[in-house]
Amino acid sequence: MNLVRNHILISIDAGTIMAGARAVEKTLVDEIAAQGLAAEISVLETGSIGATGQGVILVVYPEGVYYGNITPADIPELVEEHLLKGRPLKRLILSEIPKQHVIKKEKTGLLKEQPRIVLRNSGIINPENIDEYIAADGYEAIANALTAMTPDEVIEETKKSGLVGRGGAAFTTGMKWDFARKAPGDIKYIVCNADEGEPGTFKDRLILEGDPHKLIEGMLIAGYAVGASKGFVYIRGEYALSIERLEKAIGQARQYGLLGDHILDSTFSFDIFVMKGAGAYVCGEETALIESLEGKRGHPRNKPPYPVTEGLWAKPTVVNNVETLANVPEIILHGASWFRGYGTEKCPGTKVFTIIGNVTTPGLIEAEMGTTLRDIIYEYAGGIKGGKQFKGALVGGAAGAFLGPDMLDVKMDFVNLKEYAAVLGSGAILVLDEDVNMVDMLKSVLHFFRHESCGHCVPCRLGTAQMVKIIDRVSASKGKKDDIDKLLNIAQVMQTTSFCPLGQSLYLPISSSLKYFGKEIRSYVR
Amino acid sequence: MYREQIIKKFNPTLDNILYILHDLQDNNPEHYLAKQDIRICADYLKVPYSYVQSVASFYTMFSLKPRGRNIIRLCDSPPCHLMGSQSLLDYLKKALKVNVGGTTEDKAFTLELTSCLGACGVAPVMMINEEMFGNLTPAAVDAILDKRRKEL
Repeated sequence: MNLVRNHILISIDAGTIMAGARAVEKTLVDEIAAQGLAAEISVLETGSIGATGQGVILVVYPEGVYYGNITPADIPELVEEHLLKGRPLKRLILSEIPKQHVIKKEKTGLLKEQPRIVLRNSGIINPENIDEYIAADGYEAIANALTAMTPDEVIEETKKSGLVGRGGAAFTTGMKWDFARKAPGDIKYIVCNADEGEPGTFKDRLILEGDPHKLIEGMLIAGYAVGASKGFVYIRGEYALSIERLEKAIGQARQYGLLGDHILDSTFSFDIFVMKGAGAYVCGEETALIESLEGKRGHPRNKPPYPVTEGLWAKPTVVNNVETLANVPEIILHGASWFRGYGTEKCPGTKVFTIIGNVTTPGLIEAEMGTTLRDIIYEYAGGIKGGKQFKGALVGGAAGAFLGPDMLDVKMDFVNLKEYAAVLGSGAILVLDEDVNMVDMLKSVLHFFRHESCGHCVPCRLGTAQMVKIIDRVSASKGKKDDIDKLLNIAQVMQTTSFCPLGQSLYLPISSSLKYFGKEIRSYVR
Repeated sequence: MYREQIIKKFNPTLDNILYILHDLQDNNPEHYLAKQDIRICADYLKVPYSYVQSVASFYTMFSLKPRGRNIIRLCDSPPCHLMGSQSLLDYLKKALKVNVGGTTEDKAFTLELTSCLGACGVAPVMMINEEMFGNLTPAAVDAILDKRRKEL
């Protein structure tokens, strides 16, 4: 048997493929073979390592050296220096190691152990190989649930864990399942909302690309708890790699008998199907998503009835976000009290944040609920790019809230942010430095909403159009004196009268931007 | 003929409509949903022509007019906007001599805007057909356009 002395992980996700990861991988494998090292060194593909904007990223184990911005031309030198001579190649080492990937093994050292639940396997296992997921305790939770727990016990455990929906609405997951379980009917569905369209959010994409089996297992557990036999994953049409990886994972799970009839020799049968969206932000709203699944225009439905009683094809349906479902196997495996050891009392667990904009190392992080905005920006993301000053952040995507500098120490979780009239939303944090023009940012947010308003209800359809007209003239310094108040007024009307959360949520970015940057914005109109 | 082969891959149920439209559009030499595409889909699913038309017009990934061989979709969501997508849009318009939604005379490029592509870590971002490009600058865009022109 060959003893492999080095493992090299290469991050293969949409971002690194863009930077040429495939060419680097091929060159690396060829070079290793050419140097006669093929038996000693194995090259493994993995999902996102966590940092973005650093080009192609490799990690060489057991040393744990992170290399970034690798091109095929660097490979011969890298192989010769590090793999033949054992000297890490300094010029290519990432200056900022993605901290969120400091995992358990550093526990004894000086570095703080980072909580990782959802992203436990991302960037560590090969997402295209079910055996690696199984080796990392994969599918153990569903096996436990099927053999040792009743569906009610699964629901009870999920309720006790305090897990709430990670898509933004923060509804208690266990309760949602309970409603669907108790709803009359034999046919029920689990729908996974992977229509990730909130600007600045790409956590679901990276979970799908980095650990698709975790989602499958989460859906299996949800299906068992609710009494569903079919699940659908609705993914954005733009997410080509996510669709490919998930379909591959589903195929493997079917081969292993983890999807299909009588899973693990139990009476439980469940299968999952992938549905590809076609570009509509509003389909992230659960009832619009269901309409789209049924083959219609993605218009939201009237609520109630809620999907848990009348959802897909009028059957009881649970709609859960990717990240929510990815939490489930860990909760069932380790128990609710373990999960409650993370985060805050009212908001247990972790949250996956995408931190972007004017920061040194943009990327994906998993942090405990209740971590402060300051820690997220300065500890995880390396602070503001170019040593500039922090001006503000847009938290929760375009439908989120702006936060000013005095909010840096606010604890980031669903419950706490609500007290400040803000939201955690999807967990996107767009950081703005001192040079950012707030009117310009607002303009971009409003243009986004005008484009994505589905046209179903009048307040949103006309409101967004009017607001764009106003912000355009304000930004061209041709605004009228009462224009800013008009914006706020329209947003208020939309908040109270729009049919779905899309139109209702626009009030938040408007009101919060005026709260923190009102002076600057109002200086544009005389 | 090719349309029938495509459509037969799917069960004639309404929930397959997006898949069918995606596939028809991907195989249309002009990269859009022509009247014949809408028609065959409507007949196959046994719904009115207007129904399919209304679905196709709702989703931004579908186009109802012919497009060029390279469909450029520049992200203009707030994160990309912050990182300079507006100047790239101005640049692309000038370089291609088209407006948003327009196709160059040689049918090489169509310029479109898209909402967030989920690659905000390397903003500003654009997609050409299935390929993504990040950390864009006018010089980088020039190089990409040149390369695409040569591949035609």
